[in-house]
Amino acid sequence: MTIADPTPNSFRNQPDENGHFGQFGGRYVAETLMPLVLDLERHYRLAKTDPAFQAQFDDLLEHYVGRPSPLYYAERLTEEVRKTAPEGKGAQIWFKRDELNHTGAHKINNCIGQILLAMRMGKTRIIAETGAGQHGVATATVCARFGLPCFIYMGAKDVERQQPNVFRMKLLGAEVIPVTSGANTLKDAMNEALRDWVANVHDTFYIIGTAAGPHPYPELVRDFQSVIGKEARAQMLSRTGRLPDMLVAAIGGGSNAIGLFHPFLDDKDVAMLGIEAAGHGLEKEHAASLAGGRPGILHGNKTYLLQDEDGQIAEAHSISAGLDYPGIGPEHSWLKEIGRVRYDSVTDVEALNAFQLLCRTEGIIPALEPAHAIAAVEREAKKMDRDQIILANLCGRGDKDIFTVAEALGTAI
Amino acid sequence: MTRLSAAFSKDHPALVTFITAGDGDTAANLDALVAGGADVIELGMPFTDPMADGPAIQEANIRSLGAGTTTADIFAIAAAFRARHPDTPLVLMGYANPMTIRGGEWFASECNKAGVDGVICVDIPPEEDAELGPLLRSAGIDLIRLATPTTDKARLPAVLDGASGFLYYVSVAGITGLQQAAQTSIDEAVARLKAYTDLPVAVGFGVRTPEQATNIARVADGVVVGSALVELVAQHGSNAAGTLQDYVASLKHAIVAARKA
Ligand SMILES: Cc1ncc(COP(=O)(O)O)c(C=O)c1O
Repeated sequence: MTIADPTPNSFRNQPDENGHFGQFGGRYVAETLMPLVLDLERHYRLAKTDPAFQAQFDDLLEHYVGRPSPLYYAERLTEEVRKTAPEGKGAQIWFKRDELNHTGAHKINNCIGQILLAMRMGKTRIIAETGAGQHGVATATVCARFGLPCFIYMGAKDVERQQPNVFRMKLLGAEVIPVTSGANTLKDAMNEALRDWVANVHDTFYIIGTAAGPHPYPELVRDFQSVIGKEARAQMLSRTGRLPDMLVAAIGGGSNAIGLFHPFLDDKDVAMLGIEAAGHGLEKEHAASLAGGRPGILHGNKTYLLQDEDGQIAEAHSISAGLDYPGIGPEHSWLKEIGRVRYDSVTDVEALNAFQLLCRTEGIIPALEPAHAIAAVEREAKKMDRDQIILANLCGRGDKDIFTVAEALGTAI
Repeated sequence: MTRLSAAFSKDHPALVTFITAGDGDTAANLDALVAGGADVIELGMPFTDPMADGPAIQEANIRSLGAGTTTADIFAIAAAFRARHPDTPLVLMGYANPMTIRGGEWFASECNKAGVDGVICVDIPPEEDAELGPLLRSAGIDLIRLATPTTDKARLPAVLDGASGFLYYVSVAGITGLQQAAQTSIDEAVARLKAYTDLPVAVGFGVRTPEQATNIARVADGVVVGSALVELVAQHGSNAAGTLQDYVASLKHAIVAARKA
């Protein structure tokens, strides 16, 4: 079986030529940036069909990032979950191990693609926003690899709580610029990166870290991250001779999730579940834009946003800095509305429990972001039959989070 | 003739002044702008994420929202202004989300009821016009388009299609309140734009002083000053009106003198 070609009835042929996924997406940017995003789109269209571009991307993913990442059957976790499952229930739990990538998360897949595009366009200066610092580290990494100056915008609050990643970025030669406007977190870092871009349009390329922003970013980030789903699909077929019954991924802006989901969207028997961060609970402070938000316009796209009745953007909260964003990529908003993907949420406490469970049962310390997916996997696997397969994206490792987890568990380190 | 076209048909270029709604004593400040000689008022709608603005206007947004300003308050300010000043055109400037969150129809109808003449939306380019443009136009509200140093010849027709009121030339590729453009680049850009449109061309971003206003007034139909006024509001809090009026009068004097010289 090969991946079906997108047909008129396909879920895989979005966005339209104006970057809309149904009513979502688009290009809501200042006029100064409009010619740039149009130019980026032109270059991306050419790159997408250029075998040399694809070959360079594949080569770097193999030899620099360490792809393909393994597909792993988590036998002990499966057994552990079955202990509390109803009779005959407890699906086999598998992981796509993107935490084994160079720099420890899926973020690097996208950064490799975008920096190749930047160089193709003759850009000589790179900017990016970061929350947890994972995308900042991945961007600093590719900038060091290709010798381009790198400026990372990071909310002052995140600079404080993610010191190890700040130091990593500096070691890699990037300049980290703390952002003190607004609420001092990821959305403000994104505002500041957009302000930089608008003032440096001639030489600067903005490497956006998730499948959001003005068209063509949601599309190109998805395409670069789709390596996750393409590999997983082929690996699952060759290992088990079948497709998984359900895919699960955590959602900040939605790049690891869309990367896993997209190649499977036309496999109608594969169910998909995106997990947002419910923080302290959906009735309290959280980061679940689909569950608790409404469609609106921010950062260049129309999508579900946490906001008040006047359209003022709300602060998100999650224990996981990478999920702490009040929006979501527009393709997820569309997939939710058409019902192809189901979305649910997991609280800080549930994610912390799943984090510890994976450490003890599998000897894998996950990042707090995929810990949210793992909590949902526990929940879902118990409802599924034993011969079914649930596959989650283990999109990052937990080294960056040990201080946060220690604090949450009341342990001094 | 609309209030906006009347403002651009005087015997001098128009002085367009910007302040943020809900920052300081907005009613008194608006009166001061008019008393100082402003020909067009831009009233900023505060937004949590003003990504095209520099520090001065960002902070004004935060002060305003911190004081609890709502969209309803802004329309109340506009309606009261219209009652006090029947002839001075009022333009709302802001970001897409607060303008579209209740639907473009609602926004256009509120603008109409409050006597708003035009709308500038920073992050709705011509490509996304359907969001607001047709609804504003059918409510008789001008949608004011922006041209920038990156808007090339090929793009200009798209920008002008559906534009009315005036054309706002953003003179620097950047955010509000920081850099200023070289006068020669402004002269060239205005000449280029005027070859393509009969709409009045107003120049803004980075215009702070009477000297700059004079130079721009020699070539353009309007001069937009924002951050410099917002900074005065920041310095003088709820007693900014007197200082604002004096500063606006000095800008106006510079603009009127430019065409006489
Ligand atoms: C490991 C990891 N997973 C997930 C995310 C969330 O981003 P996305 O939803 O784009 O995958 C982040 C963001 O920092 C991350 O570091």
